[in-house]
Amino acid sequence: MSLAAAPAPARPATLAQKLVARAAGQEHVEPGALAMCRVDLAMSHDSSGPRRVAPLLQTLGATVWDPSRYVVVTDHFVPAGDPSAEAILHFTRDWTRRSGAHLIDGEGICHVVLPEHGHVLPGRLIVGGDSHSPTGGAFGAYMFGVGATEMAGVLATGEIWLRVPQTIRLQWDGALAPGVCAKDMMLFLCARLGLGAGRYEAVEYAGSAVAALSMQERMTLANMSAELGAQTGLVAPDATTLDWLSAAGVPASTLAGIDLAWWRTDAGAPLLATHVFDAGALVPQVAAPHSPANSAPVEQAAGEAVQIAYLGACTGAKLDDLRLAAQVLRGRRVAPGVSLQVAPASVRDQQQAEREGTLAILAEAGAELLPNACGACAGYGAARFPAGSHAIASTARNFSGRMGDAGSAVWLASPLTVAASAVTGRITDPRTLL
Amino acid sequence: MSEPSLPAHAGRIWRFGDDIDTDAMAPAVWMKAAPEVLASHCLESLRPEFPGQVRAGDVVVAGANFGIGSSREQAPQALRQLGVQAVVAPSFGGLFYRNAINLGLPVLVCPDTSRLADGAPARVDLENAVLLLDDGTTVACEPVPAFLREILSAGGLIPHLQARLARA
Repeated sequence: MSLAAAPAPARPATLAQKLVARAAGQEHVEPGALAMCRVDLAMSHDSSGPRRVAPLLQTLGATVWDPSRYVVVTDHFVPAGDPSAEAILHFTRDWTRRSGAHLIDGEGICHVVLPEHGHVLPGRLIVGGDSHSPTGGAFGAYMFGVGATEMAGVLATGEIWLRVPQTIRLQWDGALAPGVCAKDMMLFLCARLGLGAGRYEAVEYAGSAVAALSMQERMTLANMSAELGAQTGLVAPDATTLDWLSAAGVPASTLAGIDLAWWRTDAGAPLLATHVFDAGALVPQVAAPHSPANSAPVEQAAGEAVQIAYLGACTGAKLDDLRLAAQVLRGRRVAPGVSLQVAPASVRDQQQAEREGTLAILAEAGAELLPNACGACAGYGAARFPAGSHAIASTARNFSGRMGDAGSAVWLASPLTVAASAVTGRITDPRTLL
Repeated sequence: MSEPSLPAHAGRIWRFGDDIDTDAMAPAVWMKAAPEVLASHCLESLRPEFPGQVRAGDVVVAGANFGIGSSREQAPQALRQLGVQAVVAPSFGGLFYRNAINLGLPVLVCPDTSRLADGAPARVDLENAVLLLDDGTTVACEPVPAFLREILSAGGLIPHLQARLARA
């Protein structure tokens, strides 16, 4: 369909404006205006969820406004490593069941299992009790993170206020080269634009290289919109989106009601900025400690010795991430003295990886399989990196002391680069092993 | 100009740099601990003396992007627990900003913090969005929308909602 052939809308609007307008029950909203929005769905995990919102709801004398619209996922404290974590999980499960909300227990990381269960649909406004909630924007939903107090407000009222965001368009023309993936795009953007570049507005990923990405790769883009400081990160829904949702079990009747021609940014819509990049020129990126903004082409970090290679988190251990790692690990072994740790982002992704042989490739390479949970990325449990260790990880954040002891150092990279570095024991350009 | 909307006693300024993340305010290893224990480790990785020496009414003045990273509201909660009167910075992580308002911790966007010296006394006038210095001069911040000041003056979102639900 040619854009030029489409009739110009009366008031061209961005995808973000259209999403907020719908939730606010208005025909049109202007960026900068405050809008009171109805919330289609709320999601919490075991850290920011019931243990923190239940006492606040009690203070308010309120109950969950619509339990069918609240999903609680256990991922931060599973598996329970000590009695306090066990107590948190027990309370989370018990309270969620009693409240009548959905409980997704031990199935994986919230941002990955929520869409797996068909909860993230184009056009919806969704709040999540976690900073990586923009992940849902990959489906053309306006999804963003809130703290526990704000979540309690949402649960009590079913509403949340928003300042209608402006949109920053991040357009990737051309096509990614082999060995380069969505994670590299985001690390590049963190360095090029900076961690505050999103200005708590909406970013929208567009262009041929984005359209060519799988849903889970798009989720990686949207996920790390948090690192750019955006409120959400959107990808306009398309046939790829609907196919994925159909496979996830969303009924055809629901999908038929999604107007793809509507849920997109109109030509002529007001944009805060447009940045255009050549995807074909992008090379694998590595972020040096202790910030994603320290990203640079892999050659600048190449040769750095690592003892831990970590494939994990909502950012970097989805099925497509495991497949990327397997491209490098097929028929290879990790270097002596290197621990390759793999925490698949969900049970469903792990089962599919097992069926298709991806997991076997990782196992034969010497990978150690960890639980389907946030693990070292959240840094809550015992699985923290020891002092003095150097790690390369497919996660989103390498802030000092987050994933391990303050004396540990974490480099961030794509699953391909993590795998290649595991094989050599040094940070390595994955294109040399493809 | 109306009267200052917060306690008018002066606190001391604590300066911090750019891109301070919420992990530094609420370290992951203390996330299961009681609020006062968590607060006793707030920002210690950057200024080890901070949690022990900060006093009620002190003001945190930071660089750009204060509060990036995790959505944990234990970050502003820890600052409030320690008695911090307000956080002043050229820009904030959006989630931290919302969380701070919701917990009743004033946050002020201040384009130019160069006159706010570490250790100097300062008072915060939220309603007029200025910092009052000892020499009688003021440093201007961006006005806080009335809607958010209402939440702050109620002491945070929960007391604000309590009042709203009681009216309903």
